[in-house]
Amino acid sequence: MNDADNLMTPHRQSVLRWQRWQDFFFEKTTMAFALSTLVALTGIIVSLFLSSWPVLTTFGFEFFYTIEWDIINSKFGGLIAIFGTVATASIAILIALPLSFGIAVFLTETCPMPLRRPLGTAIELLAAVPSIIYGMFGLFVFAPLFAEYVQPALAATLGQVPGVGILFTGAFNGIGILAAGLILAMMILPFIASVMRDVFEIVPPILKESAYGIGCTTWEVVTKIVLPYTKTGVVGGVMLGLGRALGETMAVTFVIGNAHKLSPSLFSPGNSIASTLANEFGEAEPGLHYASLFSLGLALFLITLVVLSLAKWMLIRAEAKKGMKS
Amino acid sequence: MPPIEACTLHNKSVEYQPLNQGFKMLKVKSFVAALGLSAIAATAMAAELTGAGATFPFPIYAKWAEAYKAKTGHSMNYQSIGSSGGIKQIKAKTVDFGATDAPLSADELDKEGLIQFPAIIGGVVAVVNVDGIKPGQLKFTGDLLADVFAGVISKWNDKRIADLNPGVALPDAAITVVHRADGSGTTAVFTDYLAKVNANWKSTVGAGAAVKWPAASSVGGKGNEGVAANVTRIKNSIGYVEYAYAKKNNMAHLNLRNQAGQFVEPDDETFAAASASTDWSKIPGMSIYLTNAPGAKSWPITGASFILMYKEPSNKANSAEVLKFFDFAFKEGKKMASDLEYVPMPDATTNFIRSSVWNKVNVK
Repeated sequence: MNDADNLMTPHRQSVLRWQRWQDFFFEKTTMAFALSTLVALTGIIVSLFLSSWPVLTTFGFEFFYTIEWDIINSKFGGLIAIFGTVATASIAILIALPLSFGIAVFLTETCPMPLRRPLGTAIELLAAVPSIIYGMFGLFVFAPLFAEYVQPALAATLGQVPGVGILFTGAFNGIGILAAGLILAMMILPFIASVMRDVFEIVPPILKESAYGIGCTTWEVVTKIVLPYTKTGVVGGVMLGLGRALGETMAVTFVIGNAHKLSPSLFSPGNSIASTLANEFGEAEPGLHYASLFSLGLALFLITLVVLSLAKWMLIRAEAKKGMKS
Repeated sequence: MPPIEACTLHNKSVEYQPLNQGFKMLKVKSFVAALGLSAIAATAMAAELTGAGATFPFPIYAKWAEAYKAKTGHSMNYQSIGSSGGIKQIKAKTVDFGATDAPLSADELDKEGLIQFPAIIGGVVAVVNVDGIKPGQLKFTGDLLADVFAGVISKWNDKRIADLNPGVALPDAAITVVHRADGSGTTAVFTDYLAKVNANWKSTVGAGAAVKWPAASSVGGKGNEGVAANVTRIKNSIGYVEYAYAKKNNMAHLNLRNQAGQFVEPDDETFAAASASTDWSKIPGMSIYLTNAPGAKSWPITGASFILMYKEPSNKANSAEVLKFFDFAFKEGKKMASDLEYVPMPDATTNFIRSSVWNKVNVK
């Protein structure tokens, strides 16, 4: 009894009250921080919708699949920019995915120990290069070489294949959809590679060693043990890269050619959503042009949303399947 | 256990000390604030003028601002955000003056209650990147230039180019057209010229700060720098830039045939000749493109850069100072202008601007 009374001295009570208040305050503050992201997200969606409303009422849904982009006559369609964004990002992922997978496997499985650290650091450094540098490198170094050697070679080989050939025709000027895709691939490769390497490293050694122990090859270990174990991380890394490729502005603006043209050839200049916004926002008059740029922003937002949801859905489905099997 | 102890110790120190330190900090802060205030009070005597708009006259406006500050102590801050941006900013009344290469029409000026006057003259040149072609070696007519930019002529060894340039070796290569990707006063001046000399261009493309470029092989660059960079990088390309950029980057410009039928070289002399034939006092709102001007020595793609101000400005003191600034520029800034490859406005024109345009601005 006495002891309990002693415990509740006024001094201790005040300490307790102070601590309770502190906890309450701490919880509410952190909650406010977390909610602020939700507020920002809603704010962005609402403002994009409001600003692009004039376009949605004038052109309707047609805006997203017509190619006209005529500022003087106020006719706007977003297909060229949307196509450019999707095409460059797809090229980038097609090239960067196998390459970064190879890099990650080499770094975690077969690379000699003394080389691992310098190679890994080099990949991480590549990821830290600002995009404007890639753009400058792309326009001033890569594009002339690409026009001089790569484009003629591609046109002479793949360009002669019936069907695919049309992708590799046109003037060899070094900039265009394909060049932008390649620069993007270079940019997102270190992202995907370093994420993949990190997740490959968390695979418990005992799993891999058991597999090796029963005579699996490195390839079998990677495909049967490492990949299934790290699926979520790998998809996450790819999505991170894809997200960056879709929204990349400066590097793409430098090399995509900034022409409002839709052409089957990957050599021809085009435009992506981000590069159109970068080029035209400064000079857009309030009105349909301005609203059209916001609509493009909305389209980019939706594309990214779809990509992310698709990735999430794929993962959930894969998990569910696994659950049914066992 | 030890880490937790360290943690509580640290907490205690945080709990007791801040009060004292806080007061000290407050004192220091108010002292700094007082210092800052007095600094602001000291500079408030000198006016801080703001302007925004066209990128093309930015170098000369910056130079004038520097000289003006040295002389009067008043500073002028000009943001080169592009002509359309300049019009937008002055309409939003966020700046003391706007600047544009594409003049507003007299009707529009009246509607908005704005005045407009030209401050400086410059030229747009077509530049090419063809192996072995030196600056000024190729001769073009405006009609031909429009057809090249329209994609009607797509090879360098086209008969129409060869006929104008006998003896010049032209490659059998496809022409890549380089244009501005952003809206631009330079584009407005250039397309205005093409529309004047080529009926087909006028009906299919038109003129404006941003147009639909019809050539199949065309590439956009951001700003004059972007176009210059693309033309230098892409073989067999043709583009258009402000003369200063062509000169700075040592690019091969074309000589053009003017309205009088003479082939002329772009320089400040031919730019001045193009503006000399214009009687500004007869033009409502001074709203004119100087393209395709008459006169044997006139460069056909000449343009003026205009200043926009409100007739009833909200900040009268600043607007009065802006007028003083341009008065100074017209009087003492001529040498600076020609040093930077611009053409200063002729005296007759500046006198007209002083007497008949500036008097409409109510600064009292």
